[in-house]
Amino acid sequence: MVDPYALYETMARIRSFETAASKLLAQTRIGGFLHLSIGQEAVAVGVCAALRRDDLISSTHRGHGHCIAKGGTVERMMAEMFGRESGYCKGRAGSLHIADPNAGILGANAIVGGGLPMGVGAALSAQVRGSDQVSAVFFGEGAVAEGVFHECLNLAGLWRLPVVFVCEHNSWAEMTPVTTHLAAPDVEEFAVPYRIASEVADGNDVLVVHDAASRAVARARAGEGPTLLVCRTYRWRGHFEGDPATYRDPDELAAWQERDPLRALREVLVAEDTSAAARLDALDAEAERAVQRAVEAAEAEPPAPVGTVVEDVYRAPLAIHGGAHA
Amino acid sequence: MPELKYWQAIRSALRDEMARDERVLVLGEDVAQPGGPFGATKGLLDEFGPSRVRDTPISEAAIMGAALGAAMTGLRPVAEIMFLDFMTLAADQLVNQAAKVSWMSGGRFHVPLVVRTICGNRRGTGPQHAQSLEAWLAHVPGLKVVWPSSPGDAYGLLKTAIRDDDPVVVVESLALWGSRGPVDEGADVPLGTAAVRQPGGDLTVAAWGATVPVALDAARHLADEGIGVEVVDVRSISPLDEATILASVAKTGRLVVVHDAVSPAGVGAEIAALAAGQGFDTLRAPVVRVTAPFAPVPFAKHLETAYYPQADDVVAAARRVLER
Ligand SMILES: Cc1ncc(C[n+]2csc(CCOP(=O)(O)OP(=O)(O)O)c2C)c(N)n1
Repeated sequence: MVDPYALYETMARIRSFETAASKLLAQTRIGGFLHLSIGQEAVAVGVCAALRRDDLISSTHRGHGHCIAKGGTVERMMAEMFGRESGYCKGRAGSLHIADPNAGILGANAIVGGGLPMGVGAALSAQVRGSDQVSAVFFGEGAVAEGVFHECLNLAGLWRLPVVFVCEHNSWAEMTPVTTHLAAPDVEEFAVPYRIASEVADGNDVLVVHDAASRAVARARAGEGPTLLVCRTYRWRGHFEGDPATYRDPDELAAWQERDPLRALREVLVAEDTSAAARLDALDAEAERAVQRAVEAAEAEPPAPVGTVVEDVYRAPLAIHGGAHA
Repeated sequence: MPELKYWQAIRSALRDEMARDERVLVLGEDVAQPGGPFGATKGLLDEFGPSRVRDTPISEAAIMGAALGAAMTGLRPVAEIMFLDFMTLAADQLVNQAAKVSWMSGGRFHVPLVVRTICGNRRGTGPQHAQSLEAWLAHVPGLKVVWPSSPGDAYGLLKTAIRDDDPVVVVESLALWGSRGPVDEGADVPLGTAAVRQPGGDLTVAAWGATVPVALDAARHLADEGIGVEVVDVRSISPLDEATILASVAKTGRLVVVHDAVSPAGVGAEIAALAAGQGFDTLRAPVVRVTAPFAPVPFAKHLETAYYPQADDVVAAARRVLER
């Protein structure tokens, strides 16, 4: 049985992390492209809670939640946002590229659909190595229009690979609504032609997501092949921080904010147990403190040394360095 | 002559060409209703309607291929691939198909296709939104590649590209997006022409896109010391305006090439080979390239600043060349 307080704690940590990141960007204490998943936390947390530490995920441009839920630390993530060497990418690649082999995070990704094939590859690897690891691949419904989505479902279906395709269906791809970009907006329908299992879950109910993901993961682990799991949800913020999101109806946002995944779980827990509220408040406060500590530590660290930019391009440095910087 | 911002000049060229020629259509991600990811297609949907101004799904291969097919059958599409990095997703239809159609069909099909794309260099966009891949494109027979550095050229080159009967990739710099300049709607900017941005007698600095302002900065700095730098805005990567580059080198005897791409197998090497070959007798010093180091583009501001050539780097290179 999954501990709902643990689910809440992780969602609270994601919410705190992203709320802090938004402020830091507005204050120009950090820079770069920032895409937040506030409002979508239940998908990341529900799915990752169904995974083991040695299972793998591949993520997206909206990946902070996935990385935290899979076991990435807010310290190293925040250090990355600040361009510090203790960050997950040694401060060089930023929010869009958080990766951690120890936590089974193949990487966030700045290319729409870019994480799908490598996630399928991780499942292939598990199958070939005879491991029972499972690979979960996160993507937005926008990625369904990319050819790789279809190539991956076909391949995973053909080879019965242990992969869970997790579609975070938030109905918007940048400034364009799903009805303008998908001929079949109900993404779960694509499971049919590729003959794989499908699940549809309320993406704002972490318990429902977790149940659906657990079934999908169990099938994958048992060698029964892939599942397409579609979670309907909504992003509260603009596509990226700084996007005023004038293209969408404020009522649409307000309706989804009524269904805040953290508040929804809180209501369930409080209805069961009157002491839950205090416990959840404490989790909220601790999440904020943890993120605050991470911000302070990251800010105190010096910027990553400039010379490190040319490191790690290859496993062993090239004897002849191709650069021609005067 | 109106003063426009870089992105407004792009919009103007699209508008003018769509009004002039009903075969021109615009398709890409977020280009219609939202008016473009960065505003360059604002108003086109209202003026020209949903048949000619189309929001596409996130399907770069299909965008490129659909534009190619339309170009082969009577239209003159302008396809937008949001960032140059995403050209890799459209590479089959561009490189294997569009570029070769004229040749493979014995000249019976033509491909009046324009691909607009943005390079996010110098804008904190990181390793998958800021690559300078112009050398990849310029290496393909059948493609033309231009990269405007000013609003005037953003207008003029796009207009000429739309009127051209071959596939042209127009790379735009996000770093220049808000820069202002005069736009002469009557002037032609032919493909395959470079422009001397500033005359000088001691040294030639060749640059394009967002490195042109860097080269001009360096030139101002050196002018204070009495050194005359001739800044050549290459702007047409393919075909290259060999004559203008060679004429400048013949005058100065010294050449520094600045680009934001990495150096190995890059366009700077091509220009250096031109100078060392046809320009051999006029060269008085080795050609020097000032480029990014051989690594992906970092996102962190301080790393990005160190990564890209800055005016100081160009000045240092110029001094080395002038010592000879
Ligand atoms: C190959 C590619 N094409 C286009 C983009 C630009 N882009 C970034 S995010 C995005 C929308 C993605 O929508 P979706 O997959 O639904 O994810 P969401 O942003 O809603 O989480 C687009 C078009 C990109 N990064 N990569």
